[in-house]
Formats: sequence, structure tokens, C-alpha cells
Amino acid sequence: MATHRIRVTVNGIAREAEVEPRLLFVHFLRDVLRLTGTHIGCDTTHCGACTVLLDGKPIKSCTLFAVQTDGRDVLTVEGLEQNGQLHPIQEGFWQEHGLQCGFCTPGMLMTGYALLQHNAAPTEEEIRWAISGNLCRCTGYVNIIKAVQYAAEKIRQGETS
Amino acid sequence: MIPPKFDYFAPITLHEALTLLHQYGSEAKLLSGGQSLIPLMKLRLATPAYLIDINRIPGLDQLQERNGFLSIGALTREADLERSELVRAKYSIVYDTARVIGDPLVRNLATVGGNLAHADPANDHPATMLALGAEVVATGLAGERAIPVAEFFTDFFTTALRPEEILTAIRIPVPAAGSGGAYVKLERKVGDFAIVGVAAHVTIDPTGICTRAGIGLTNVGPTPLKVHAAEALLQGKRLDQDSITQAAQLAAEEARPEADLRGSSEYKRDMVRVLTARALTRALQRASGQVA
Repeated sequence: MATHRIRVTVNGIAREAEVEPRLLFVHFLRDVLRLTGTHIGCDTTHCGACTVLLDGKPIKSCTLFAVQTDGRDVLTVEGLEQNGQLHPIQEGFWQEHGLQCGFCTPGMLMTGYALLQHNAAPTEEEIRWAISGNLCRCTGYVNIIKAVQYAAEKIRQGETS
Repeated sequence: MIPPKFDYFAPITLHEALTLLHQYGSEAKLLSGGQSLIPLMKLRLATPAYLIDINRIPGLDQLQERNGFLSIGALTREADLERSELVRAKYSIVYDTARVIGDPLVRNLATVGGNLAHADPANDHPATMLALGAEVVATGLAGERAIPVAEFFTDFFTTALRPEEILTAIRIPVPAAGSGGAYVKLERKVGDFAIVGVAAHVTIDPTGICTRAGIGLTNVGPTPLKVHAAEALLQGKRLDQDSITQAAQLAAEEARPEADLRGSSEYKRDMVRVLTARALTRALQRASGQVA
């Protein structure tokens, strides 16, 4: 079984590795690149804890082979913070108590971030719809929604100031 | 969960993919969105020796009306259908269907072609394509052939595709004036398979007579089901509460649901009746321009 050399940009940094075809992308992130911010929750495409952005779109990295990402652009939770500054979506989760145990948080952050990229002022319904593939076992959804709203507001203020 | 080992190919032309498929036949599996196949491989329910990733083949994700059809390339993502203005405006039944498949994250990868070729009776597009009278385009080294969706699902997880063919597109006839459709899915939660799903598509003439009716059912039999009896009953009749009630009853009789953790067979059969009436009612409202 041949291995494959892949080149993938993760959080703006070009990465190169030799991978077995069956290596899941989430394992590539965590075990090869040592980016352990992305979590493995259910491992069955249900929970969304492993959500990352692939060419700007949120996807479940447990249901993608690393070899498929050759030549593509990926953003993980480690890429949100810039120059020591939390991204507004991260600040929102902090301010609004958007996490309890924290396990679903990386996925929620990435889905929330992706939503705000194309919808600057989502309604509560739109936020609920967007995160419907991300499960919070603590059931802390109310504060997660508030956190996304906080981030939306913060980003809008930043644009107008 | 780690899938068993396999060899991986990422062809960049259709011809290259077809050649690989011809070479490896049933030892190979095609990878499109992977949202059904990869979970099955992780559970080792599918153990292909060769994986042919068709995602890098250009041109298989086109969505356009031409020659009297809406042509949906096999690699069109569910999220693209959901966002398409054309689909939303003119093919609301397809919009209804795309937005209840999996969840928003799954839909960013999941493809229409995969949803059909996988032939899971619990998948949502088959019922809709049956109701619309669509056809799939099967491409082999020798060329293309069109297969009516009504002849496509031959058995449990089995289609009329030959081992060396690739489903490259789905063609939906552009609906006649006075047409409307709806897909209604009963599910326990977002991301779950349907307890029952019903697709209905109708065309009514200016006097309110139904000139064409298509009805498809999700997850109530070994294959997606086309309800011929109910379609025949509605043809030439005025679509009203009486005829809709009769058609819904016939659909329930046609269903062959099995009891599982989603419900008893009696419950599911009754839900076919309820949902068929709802889908037909909404289809009628859309056909007559009462709702979008």
C-alpha cells in the first residue's frame, strides 16, 4: 500500500508529509502536526467536535482522509487567535460563558466563525441552524448562541469604528 | 476507528477514473463526498482495496438548465443546492430535500451523486428524484447512457449502475407551467435518517386538473419506493382534499416499513399517510402559486 506525499496549508503555514491513504485528517492534525486543539468526539460524523475549515467551509475532519487535503487550505482553532489577540468569536465564548466542559468548543468556534464570514448579523434562528451539526453534551446551547451574537456585534463595531 | 488499508488514486480526468474502475472493478470504490463511505469504512462494513477519489475531476459539479433539463453534476455538494437561487426558485422540492440531508457540516462535502449511487433506502434524494421523473447519467469507457431513476434502484443498496460505470450527472425535466413539489421528512433530530420521508411533485392545468403526479417514499422499504397506484389515482383528477386523502391512503398501503428503533411498522405506515397528504398539499399550493 503506497503512501502519498501531501502539501496542505494549515493556519497559513505550508505543511508537507508522507501519509498512508487511510489516515483520517483529524489524526493528521493531532498526531502528525501536533495540533491538538481539534477534538475527536464521536468519531461517527455526528458531533462536530472535529470541525475545521477546508477552503473556508466548515467540515468534519473525522470524515475526510488526509490525502484528500493535498493542495488545500485549512483553518483550525489554533489559527483563530492572531498576534496574541483572541478572535471575537473566542472572546464571545469567554464573555458569554459559551463553554462548560469545553470539549465541543473548538468545533463550535469554527462553525461560528464560518457563519460570521458570510453572515455578519445572523438571527438566533440562523445561528441555531448553523450549529445544528455541532453537539454540546453539556447542553450549553443558549450561551453558545449568545457568544456568536457577541462576536457578530463585536465584528460589526470593529468595522464601523 | 481506523479503516483497513487501501490504495488511493486521485485521477484528474474522467477517462483516467474510468480506466481505473475498469481495471479494478468491484474491488474499487469511488470516493465523492465520503460522508457515507468513510463512516462505513471506519466501521469496516465497506472494505474496498482501491479508492478512486473523483473530487479532482473538473466539470462534474455543474448545475445548469439545458436542453429541457436541470442537469446536476454528480459532485454538486448539497450545500450548493441549498444555496442555488435557481433551485430555490424553480425546484423547491430539491431545496426541501438538500436542506434536511445530514447536517450543515456534512452538506459541505456530501454530494448529490453519492446520495443516489449509494442507494441507501434511507437517503433523501432518491424519493425526490422518483417524484420528479429524473434520470441519471451513467458514464463508462464506451460512452454515456441515461437510466430513468424509476429503474435505477434495483435492490437494497444496489443500483442499475455497472461496476465499470460512474454516475456523472442527474437530469431533472424542467417542470411544466403549473408544477410544484415538496419533500417532507420526519426525523428525530438533525442529522438522523428519516423515520419516513415523502416527496410529491404535481402538475395541474388551468382548470385545476392534475395532469402529472409523482410520489416517492424514503426509508419504508428495501429500496426508495415510487407509489405508482397513488400517482395513477391522481392523474386526470381534481387535486383536492378528497383525492389527496385517497392518494395518501394508497401510499401507506404501498409502503413496506420495518420496525426499528425509529418506530413500529404500523406507526411508520401511518406516518406515510400523514406525510403524503402534507407533501401533496404543499405541492398543490406551490403549483398554484400560493406559497414559495
